Amino acid sequence: MNTSIESQFPTYQIIDGEGNMVNDDYKSEITEELARKFYEKMIFARLFDRKGVNLQRQGRIGTYVPFEGQEAAQIGSALALEDGDWMFPTYRDHGATSAFGHSLKNIFLYWRGFIEGCVPPEGKNIFPPAVPIASQILHATGTAWADKKKGNDRVSLVYFGDGATSEGDFHEGLNFASVFNVPAIFFNQNNGFAISLPINKQMKSKTIAQKALAYDIPGVRVDGNDIFAVYFETKKAVDRARNGEGPSLIEALTWRYGAHTTTDDPTKYRDQHESHERREKYDPMTRLEKFMQKQGYWDEEWAEEVQKDASRRLDEAVEEMEKVEKSDEAVMFDYVFGTDVWPVEEQKQAFFADRSER
Amino acid sequence: MTVAINTKKMTLVQAVTDGLRTMLEEDERVLLLGEDVGVNGGVFRATDGLCEAFGEERVIDTPLAESGIVGTSIGLAMNGFIPIVEIQFLGFIYPAFNQIMTHATRIRARTKGRFTVPMVIRAPYGAGVRAPEIHSDSAEALFTHMPGIKVVVPSNPYDAKGLLIASIEDPDPVLFLEPMKIYRAGKGEVPEGKYTVEIGKGNRLKEGEDVSIFAWGAMVKVAMDAAEKMEEKGVSCDVIDLRTLYPLDKDIIAETVQKTGRAVIVHEAPLSGGVGSDIVSLINDTSFLYMRAPIERVAGFDTPMPFFNLEDDYIPDSTRVQKAIEKAVSF
Ligand SMILES: Cc1ncc(C[n+]2csc(CCOP(=O)(O)OP(=O)(O)O)c2C)c(N)n1
Ligand SMILES: [Mg+2]
Repeated sequence: MNTSIESQFPTYQIIDGEGNMVNDDYKSEITEELARKFYEKMIFARLFDRKGVNLQRQGRIGTYVPFEGQEAAQIGSALALEDGDWMFPTYRDHGATSAFGHSLKNIFLYWRGFIEGCVPPEGKNIFPPAVPIASQILHATGTAWADKKKGNDRVSLVYFGDGATSEGDFHEGLNFASVFNVPAIFFNQNNGFAISLPINKQMKSKTIAQKALAYDIPGVRVDGNDIFAVYFETKKAVDRARNGEGPSLIEALTWRYGAHTTTDDPTKYRDQHESHERREKYDPMTRLEKFMQKQGYWDEEWAEEVQKDASRRLDEAVEEMEKVEKSDEAVMFDYVFGTDVWPVEEQKQAFFADRSER
Repeated sequence: MTVAINTKKMTLVQAVTDGLRTMLEEDERVLLLGEDVGVNGGVFRATDGLCEAFGEERVIDTPLAESGIVGTSIGLAMNGFIPIVEIQFLGFIYPAFNQIMTHATRIRARTKGRFTVPMVIRAPYGAGVRAPEIHSDSAEALFTHMPGIKVVVPSNPYDAKGLLIASIEDPDPVLFLEPMKIYRAGKGEVPEGKYTVEIGKGNRLKEGEDVSIFAWGAMVKVAMDAAEKMEEKGVSCDVIDLRTLYPLDKDIIAETVQKTGRAVIVHEAPLSGGVGSDIVSLINDTSFLYMRAPIERVAGFDTPMPFFNLEDDYIPDSTRVQKAIEKAVSF
């Protein structure tokens, strides 16, 4: 019997790198319609990300955090949620938040240095991108706990990276979720690096999924570049949570092709050759495309239309973003408390008095 | 202060690197620890080349956990090493707050000196570089209020290296804050080899008679600019770069305000509970009867540091400081 950790946590895959379906687990549910929906959302995310990188290069936004290569992990998981569920993204998860209904204009505004970027559309339970690593994991446990107490069937899904599993907050979040049996899905995107630190220096554990054992919750490892594997495994965890069966940990194996952020130079710490190779062999978009071709779902004209439509929506969002020149300075003061406190009020008045004299 | 002979022109961040290199060479007990400080050389390149030069046993890429970094460094320090910890941005120090507040700062006191924590925590801080949220906090006052840790902030390359070496040689924990905004804002002459700038001593940058201006870190430039503009209007300013925020240089504070009878304090951190309040108290304690005008504070607001499209509205600028000076002298 093979009892190695890797064999206890095999990497679940439905579509391999060549676009072949490697098992029949979800055969009946994998339809042309689903494949097309995935393609639409993923190509949108990819174009979104490239737009972000370009806007930064042109100085139209500030530092930007790219996610190219991680589209299947983000879109597959986001689409497993329903309206009213909670999503807790990091700074790298705008692929997921846009697929879950965040405002494109606001997502761009975040990177342009506007607090409006933290504000989701009415009715969408999307937390602002969490910058302090792992801190958001506890919040997801908390919102899930609240839904359980209220008797709602809503679930909370939280994104975090491989590096985040080193923080105390990760372990506290999973332990609380386990102890109180809350409807939370801990969705890890293992992209192999935390800025410059490769995962083998981040941890000696062979997998992230195995960390679930310590909290006695289900832990699975999926091929994070296979959108079908991501989607159906996440859906399973979501259904369990919705049915009151408690939290799960999902480790999605993926890769960021580019820099950690637009201020980072990855050649300092890794051979970018590996990124090129992974793009050749494991790219989530190419894989879906190959699968669709093999199934006879592919239609070149349709794909072109989808891309054109995505570009048009992105251009519109950028135009909207660029209409916003500056926040009203009052924003700085007006939302610190729900009821006025004199120091903030006094400082606000002094600020505007100073401005009017200039 | 020992004086080295040869000098080199370098930026503030290069002076930090030079200080770290000097002490890694000088003292085998010195270790560098932090996120991305090794192979990558730090996200601001403050530890560039040091891992190559001194090896992975001394320049250590740690897992991503600030409480872990500071907590294990306390153990390293108690057991014979001098850890220099990098917190990637001051805004990410909060997970380590517990370790600093409940242990690093009081192990000497709790063991009557049997165990000590000679450790330096370095952190880039402050606004003005259009960084994403949380990266721009000025949280120095959280630490000046902590009994048992010194807080040091250089404003130029020479002081950065000298104060860093003094911090490393200090027998107790030191929080060493590096103003990001001026990491690369021009070069200054920095002596080669080892020298120190004494902790707890401010520095008079400009001699004047009418008003004393206190600042530190990136605000020193703003204070100097305001002083020069006011000089043109005939107001002569005594500008003090405090350099250490705990313990404050009580002597220089008393001496300058007893000469001028007026004070303007400039800091980027929120007004309430800021280090400015400590300076006001010291002036009150030492020089009450010398004062000819209420003390002015020009500070950040009691709001979270805003997103970067509003950061210039938040950060005290020369105009605000000039107005405060005018108010003080025309009282
Ligand atoms: C508490 C905290 N410490 C440090 C940082 C700086 N930082 C930003 S991203 C990052 C690496 C995160 O790696 P990982 O969790 O793998 O996520 P990824 O960036 O790969 O998506 C670090 C150290 C931070 N944002 N928060
Ligand atoms: Mg990562």
